[in-house]
Amino acid sequence: MTKPLTGAQIMCEALIREGVEVMFGIPGGAIMPFYYAMWDYRDRLRHVLCRHEQGAGHAAEGYARATGKIGVCIGTSGPGATNLVTPIADAMMDSTPLLAITGQVGSHVLGKDAFQETDITGITMPITKHNYLVKNVDELPYVFKEAIYIATTGRPGPVLIDITKDAMQKTTVPNWDIKLNLPGYKPTYQGNRRQIREAIKLLISAKKPLIIAGHGIIMSGAHRELQEFAERLRIPVITTLHGIGAIPENHPLCIGMPGMHGWVHVNRAIQECDVLFNIGGRFDDRVTGKASTFAPHARIIHVDIDPSEIGKNVRVDVPIVGDARLVLQALLEDLPPPSELAELHTHASDWMEHIREMQDKHQGKQQYKNRAAMANMALPPHDVYEALSRTLNARGNYRVVTDVGQHQMWAAQLIDWNAGPRTHITSGGAGTMGFAVPAALGVAIACPNDTVWAIVGDGGFQMTNQEMATIVQEGLKNIKVAVINNGYLGMVRQWQELFEHKRYSGTPLSGPNFAKLAEAYGWKGLTVERSEDVQDAIDEAYATDGPVLIDFRVEREVNVFPMVPQNKSIGEMILSESQA
Amino acid sequence: MKTHTIVALLQDRPGVLSRVIGLIRRRGYNIESLAVGHSETPGVSRLTLVVESEDVEQVVKQLYRLIEVIKVSDVTDDPTVEREMTMIKLHAPPAVRHEIISMCSVFGARIVDVGTNTMIIEMTGTPGKVENFIEVVRPYGIKEMMRTGRIAMVRGTRGHNASEYVEPTTNGATVPVLN
Repeated sequence: MTKPLTGAQIMCEALIREGVEVMFGIPGGAIMPFYYAMWDYRDRLRHVLCRHEQGAGHAAEGYARATGKIGVCIGTSGPGATNLVTPIADAMMDSTPLLAITGQVGSHVLGKDAFQETDITGITMPITKHNYLVKNVDELPYVFKEAIYIATTGRPGPVLIDITKDAMQKTTVPNWDIKLNLPGYKPTYQGNRRQIREAIKLLISAKKPLIIAGHGIIMSGAHRELQEFAERLRIPVITTLHGIGAIPENHPLCIGMPGMHGWVHVNRAIQECDVLFNIGGRFDDRVTGKASTFAPHARIIHVDIDPSEIGKNVRVDVPIVGDARLVLQALLEDLPPPSELAELHTHASDWMEHIREMQDKHQGKQQYKNRAAMANMALPPHDVYEALSRTLNARGNYRVVTDVGQHQMWAAQLIDWNAGPRTHITSGGAGTMGFAVPAALGVAIACPNDTVWAIVGDGGFQMTNQEMATIVQEGLKNIKVAVINNGYLGMVRQWQELFEHKRYSGTPLSGPNFAKLAEAYGWKGLTVERSEDVQDAIDEAYATDGPVLIDFRVEREVNVFPMVPQNKSIGEMILSESQA
Repeated sequence: MKTHTIVALLQDRPGVLSRVIGLIRRRGYNIESLAVGHSETPGVSRLTLVVESEDVEQVVKQLYRLIEVIKVSDVTDDPTVEREMTMIKLHAPPAVRHEIISMCSVFGARIVDVGTNTMIIEMTGTPGKVENFIEVVRPYGIKEMMRTGRIAMVRGTRGHNASEYVEPTTNGATVPVLN
């Protein structure tokens, strides 16, 4: 190819070469040359015009989380770029492969406080895996290839490319003969074989072993290997918030979620276990509680592709750096024959029986249903989740995106997650309110044959609900939004109730009539105020050929239990208001 | 808290130093000194970092997360040669110059400038020796002082040649030039 192209055309070609099909963004002065070029590629590169760059960023994250492919978002210089900061930080915390493309002012005025100039590479340095400022058109083919390689390999993450306007406008003959030269970036995929054998030795000698399955299982596509490994050793499996879907919850070995709002039997099992095998989780403080008291009797095996995660939060006895799937394959290859596992199996089944006994005693789902306090409520949030769980599992082909707060924890706890990886998508590490609606937009584009449910609180919904217009403009009919509307920033209110003398400072929250708002956007809007109407509304949402919002006006002051108060041991769970 | 000396090889790209410093800052490590410059291989810089940290292993691992960081070694317990340079502008009226000159010769320091009432002294040595020298000349009155920060090199055949980690590209450059 000897034809000279503009920098902007090279950007389009580079994205197509890397398999990009969809981009989410908003144009503006400095990025206009890219949009000019994009017009010629519109049959191969779909551009989704969002209403706010934060929405574009979360939509790209949703797309990436649903597919495993890179999500691409675009903003112009200055405020366009700074509006992308939140989704970039979110993608960094949740290891999401994201490419943020931003326009920059012309190189001749760079550093002179030009109109809409912001040092976005400086701003995003701590929240990107890597970033670039490109001032020379000849660097574009190399930088795009390297950026996408970095974003999608090893521990995935966000990469930002900031391109000056003149670099997009200048022409050159692109050199696509690219050999990446990254002497400092060589992710380790294969686990160390000696450590793998050490891990097996430890697991086989265990009397109370546990597996924690984290986000790494989902990202590396290791769910089948995980299930086989757990089945062959008969070890109970815990799924973290991001590990939901790593093993179906109706699998006899799956025991549920750990941590701050995890189940009592799971947290107690962690505190009792003698070998803890964490694959692809990073021992986040929401999982460990007070780290020094976490799993006090356990020898810990930790598999992570990022060496810096190992030993960062908890002590580790057998560290294994590698890709979750490849490490599990190696573990399966090296497992001794079943005859040598007999002792482990005996111990493991006693152990499982013990865990199930604890579960029967403490399982929150049943406990809630039996609670007298709920009998008088017109619409306890739990009734919404029960109906959703039933419907999703009956109808199949679903993806659920949740936001951040009480509704998110209820969704993780109360929906039966049986449909495999990438069906539960949420903002975990960063805890970004406003994630759900735009992320659902990205998921809906990635998964046109699935029904995408955004479950969102009334606080988070009001942060990014403008993307309802984008959803209409893009003709997306497979999105349904369930607003769990309690008129509070509910999780903060819960903490205020339990630990701050019910001082509801800054948490009572009003809003518009969400159903009418949805109607104004061209959606169908429904309002539900009583438990007996929940199922009908959900069925109507399914029967409607278009986006639907259901405003579930739930009981206002209901708390998420079980709960581990912050910085307490996960052994110290509270199960009701009176225990706080 | 223990002080650690870390030597690192970096790809010489724009912003790389700022990435290293930003990382040290946001992870809460305390920099005692930092010195960076070209290495023996074009396109690769060598950095000596002195940090205070309880958990130096985590500092090393975090540095490795930076794409442009090629090799990191904690050389604190290795046999090394460590040097630091200082320049001191000393209050030096004619009456005390002789004394200062003889002091300098004991420490192997050099006088690089003489003014009407001042002298600039250049001194290179181990960080401890530099510290000693400063204390010895302080009574004369230090008007200005500058220190380069420590550089450290592992003795003998241990240590790392930058070319081990960098493959030359077809155009002769060791790393793609990104300006």
